[in-house]
Amino acid sequence: MASTISSPSPRWLGQITPWLVPVAILASWQAVAQLGWLSTRILPAPSAVLSAAWTLAASGELLTHLKASFARAAIGFAIGGGIGFFFGLINGGYRLAENLFDTTLQMVRNVPHLALIPLVILWFGIGEEGKLFLVALGVFFPIYLNTFHGIRAVDASLVEMGRSYGLSGWSLFRHVILPGALPGILVGVRYALGFMWLTLIVAETISATSGIGYMAMNAREFLQTDIVVVAILLYAVLGKLADVAARLLERGLLRWNPAYAPA
Amino acid sequence: MGVIDSNEIRALTSAPAPGDARKSGVHIRFDGLSKAYAARQVLNDVNLDIDAGEFVAIVGRSGCGKSTLLRLLAGLEQPGAGGITLNGQALQQTRDELRLMFQDARLLPWRTVVDNVALGLPGSRADVRRAALAALADVGLADRADEWPSRLSGGQRQRVALARALVHRPRLLLLDEPLGALDALTRIEMHQLIERLWLAQGFTALLVTHDVAEAVALADRVLLIEDGSIALDLRVPLARPRERGSAAFAALEDDVLRRVLQHPPLEDQVAAPSAVSFGQWRWAA
Repeated sequence: MASTISSPSPRWLGQITPWLVPVAILASWQAVAQLGWLSTRILPAPSAVLSAAWTLAASGELLTHLKASFARAAIGFAIGGGIGFFFGLINGGYRLAENLFDTTLQMVRNVPHLALIPLVILWFGIGEEGKLFLVALGVFFPIYLNTFHGIRAVDASLVEMGRSYGLSGWSLFRHVILPGALPGILVGVRYALGFMWLTLIVAETISATSGIGYMAMNAREFLQTDIVVVAILLYAVLGKLADVAARLLERGLLRWNPAYAPA
Repeated sequence: MGVIDSNEIRALTSAPAPGDARKSGVHIRFDGLSKAYAARQVLNDVNLDIDAGEFVAIVGRSGCGKSTLLRLLAGLEQPGAGGITLNGQALQQTRDELRLMFQDARLLPWRTVVDNVALGLPGSRADVRRAALAALADVGLADRADEWPSRLSGGQRQRVALARALVHRPRLLLLDEPLGALDALTRIEMHQLIERLWLAQGFTALLVTHDVAEAVALADRVLLIEDGSIALDLRVPLARPRERGSAAFAALEDDVLRRVLQHPPLEDQVAAPSAVSFGQWRWAA
């Protein structure tokens, strides 16, 4: 059961409170830049960043880069997440598969995937494949580990009940195991989304001809600090969107769980 | 809650002998049944006949082997020696004829109440839902059909579990201390509910309990298990519905309780291993 210690406050207050600090930071940033205490080469004013974003959006350049980044993120997530989910399922469900694969996977997990960048460039060159490979590798482990533990955490007494009611194989998996593992799997999805953007940022700054990371690196060459800041903020917005999507997924799929029920 | 109308129970019990309904019950025979965990003998050469449609309660101290008997019958564990037959057939062929009610309700939290009752029911969606709703109506919970199990009280959850067991029209219902965690009032309600459904459907019922009053209130026959074998086999000659306050009831309850207490407690013995060890529940292994 989710609960906090404090007594409930009015609804509107609860919605406004989280935004007070960000707004205050923005306001003081604008003031400091406008007063000339902060060089625009270090950090341009929020208004300058906004106008840069507007110019980029109007020219269509922003959309092109966003599309490229989003496609990389989605494809990489689908590949890495799919493989991670598969291994989580079979290793969680079958002792033999766990014995066979888990040790190997745990060893690979200890290699920071960003350390592979030089190798990845040698393997794939600077094309799309290398970036997808890195993103897929980044999301693989959170999904794998949490699916594995989600399956293992399924209440054994419910499985016994399901068996005694004639469920087995696929029906037992669909009605008991998978729904029972879902809270764990969705935790993995949220972690994976974080890793997905992080990996993408790094991959795109190395060598790319499109994408938000490319936009940022390009702007750096020409000392366009405002565009660099736009790129950074875009990553933040995309990260937030991914988190919101994961939350919506949890609310939809875990409606039965009082801890996830909409307030 | 007014779920169970006592007039209704009387009407059912005073009706002419439920001979027709009794046909649906199953005859059970335990033949030299033994079971050991490691070095500890839990059941030792149990021979027992239970008539079709009979309500039998098994009492005994914790660790005496009464739950093991039920788990063997449910096919959740395999006997070390001997066997069990239902109507003369080996247990493996008859799994669909029996249903088990556990100590906890074991409802799937991600399925609504009615979908929990429908678990494992064959047939079209509409038929399955209709059957599940009817079973829920039998336990007085039709109006909660579309809620999540987490919104129900403990007693209500056990009633849903009862509906889930009975929707399959089992010929044998196994009850493994299903009321142990409920408060006294809810328990008495559940007794009336179980008795009513048993009389109406005529299945054979086997109730494992540590509550002697519960055994005397519900059963045709009370068995006491001590050291893995049957130490007492007592008929309960009281007419239904049974009056808990009556002298005959109290005398019988006292007899059984005294007999149970004669035996030293089993605290010093090793507890049976937990019901499900880790490797056993693998879903596809």
